[in-house]
Amino acid sequence: MAYALQQLINGLTLGAVYGLIAIGYTMVYGIIGMINFAHGDIFMVSAFIAVTAFTLLAAFDITSLPLAITAVLITAIFFTSAYGWAVERMAYRPLRGSTRLAPLISAIGMSIFLQNMVQLTQGARVKPIPPVLEGGIEIWQSGGFTVQISWTQIMIVLVTIVLMVAFTYLITQTAFGRQQRACEQDSTMTALLGINVDRTISATFMLGAALAAVAGVMVTVYYGVVDFFIGFVAGIKAFTAAVLGGIGSLPGAMLGGLIIGLIEAFWAAYLSPEYKDVATFAILILVLMFRPSGLLGRPEVEKV
Amino acid sequence: MKKTLIATAFLALGAQAQLAHADLAVAIAGPMTGQYASAGDQIRRGAEMAIADINAKGGVLGQKLKLEVGDDACDPKQAVSVANAMVNKKIVFMHGHWCSSSTIPASEVYVEADIPMATVSTNPQVTERGLKNIFRIMGRDDQQGLVAGSYIADKFKGKKAAVLDDKSAYGKGLADEMAKAMTAKGMKPTLRESITAGEKDYSGIVTKLKQAGVEVLAYGGYHTEVALILRQAQQAGLKLTVMGGDTMTNSELVTAAGANADNVMFTFSPDPRKNPDAAPVVKRFRDAKVEPEGYVMYAYAAFQLFAEAATQAKSTKFADLEKAMRGGTFKTVIGDLSFDAKGDQKKPGFVVYQWKGGQYDYAAK
Repeated sequence: MAYALQQLINGLTLGAVYGLIAIGYTMVYGIIGMINFAHGDIFMVSAFIAVTAFTLLAAFDITSLPLAITAVLITAIFFTSAYGWAVERMAYRPLRGSTRLAPLISAIGMSIFLQNMVQLTQGARVKPIPPVLEGGIEIWQSGGFTVQISWTQIMIVLVTIVLMVAFTYLITQTAFGRQQRACEQDSTMTALLGINVDRTISATFMLGAALAAVAGVMVTVYYGVVDFFIGFVAGIKAFTAAVLGGIGSLPGAMLGGLIIGLIEAFWAAYLSPEYKDVATFAILILVLMFRPSGLLGRPEVEKV
Repeated sequence: MKKTLIATAFLALGAQAQLAHADLAVAIAGPMTGQYASAGDQIRRGAEMAIADINAKGGVLGQKLKLEVGDDACDPKQAVSVANAMVNKKIVFMHGHWCSSSTIPASEVYVEADIPMATVSTNPQVTERGLKNIFRIMGRDDQQGLVAGSYIADKFKGKKAAVLDDKSAYGKGLADEMAKAMTAKGMKPTLRESITAGEKDYSGIVTKLKQAGVEVLAYGGYHTEVALILRQAQQAGLKLTVMGGDTMTNSELVTAAGANADNVMFTFSPDPRKNPDAAPVVKRFRDAKVEPEGYVMYAYAAFQLFAEAATQAKSTKFADLEKAMRGGTFKTVIGDLSFDAKGDQKKPGFVVYQWKGGQYDYAAK
């Protein structure tokens, strides 16, 4: 029992990170109907920004932990949003209105570009940070097994919950949210109503990037190591999460992330970790067979 | 008539001069990019220094060496296209590839083109396929696994040990051999699992190890995953000692795992930096701000091997080189090299090392 609980904690933490990245995929898909394959690499860039910020803070002797983490979060969100904006402006906006495949290819190109840029400027070696937040609480002991939840895990889950609440509010209750949803439904009509569609799309990219930035900081703090390649695996998993939950649906992305995190943790726990990815993708296929638009996705209605 | 003669003589001279100046292309190939790029970097630094030194002494058979660098990113498909590109560049010698899973398919291309290769890949299959162009300047996983597995069984008698690999040709080969050696000495592994390399989260497997009460982990794979496993084990309150293979020589392990790296042991050929004959070369590397760790000295030795073999054979033709390499003994910075019929080193000693405070040294017997 204690063992299962520990794996549940592991899975939830991992799932929360996947979910945060997945939201970026799902939002962009919702608004312009393309898969932003560079999103995983935006996440990677944010992790590097976080490492740089942590190193700088350490150099200035700022040791107050909440202060340091907040400062790093703000820095990472700021710069990563700038990246998100720039990527959209350079690689996708000029292609809007062309074939569906064109932005997809430029997204893959952007992904390769970002990866190589970081590799060349930061080096291929892994960048570690010393443990930022050590220790945790022992919550339960049974049968010689101590269930431990580390402060980092608590932080990841809390931050994710807060962000989800804030985000739901932003999309459902504010003027920006209404504009965003309007663009999703019909961008031509939205433009006719006097809403700046380009700006809304830019803002969506920046928001997605900001969430990826939070995920990047969390991952940096949790695992302590980043390299220029982390965007790839994380991107694929988060994309899968977005599809599983129903691409275009925000709660779906989070749900998909959590499900994938939990499958991975429990499959590794009770069956062979070797086949964990096989299990994840088999479940994805099963879900898509019965619900082609994902768990919470709306079936697409062909507009005539 | 006289004029023509002189002209011809000049032409001939010119042609000869050109021949003498034409460079000999030699190559390295390995992961110059991708997640194991730091190993590729070591190889490149070693090779560059070796070639600069050889050229400073007048090159090989009067010809200067020119280094070609191939990047396979440890991807078997990319390795084959690198190999084809190298064949087109008419290289006469290849040091590489690095990952066993790249070396094996790429070697099929080189053997077709009659290009000799010296590799550090440790999977037994590298030399077991009977290719006549492969020379391995490193030990084999089965020898490495035997040394590592026996060490665990002797040193950690009575403790619970797990065997883990990363599903790569190298990792699985090594892990299988370690498990075999441990079982032979009466220490049956408590767990035998595989993980996926390249991920960041190994908390699932770490929790599993903790549940099973494992204290010693025999790992077949690369250092990046070991660093993550150790950090996550520490967070989960699990104290692990890890035994790995030659890939653990990478100092990136220490940067990534921090103080946890002191729990890592590994097998590797006797440290070339400790070889007194290699001292001047070690010093030259350090003067150039390159620590001659890991594969740096191996890359250097590979080109020494080529230069000596070509000098002995007085030729860079494949048949002559192959005969010279198979028959001779070559003095290199990693010690004297000589090869058996398969192309394996005749005496590939493996030693158990341990990291301590950012340096590795022979582990206590």
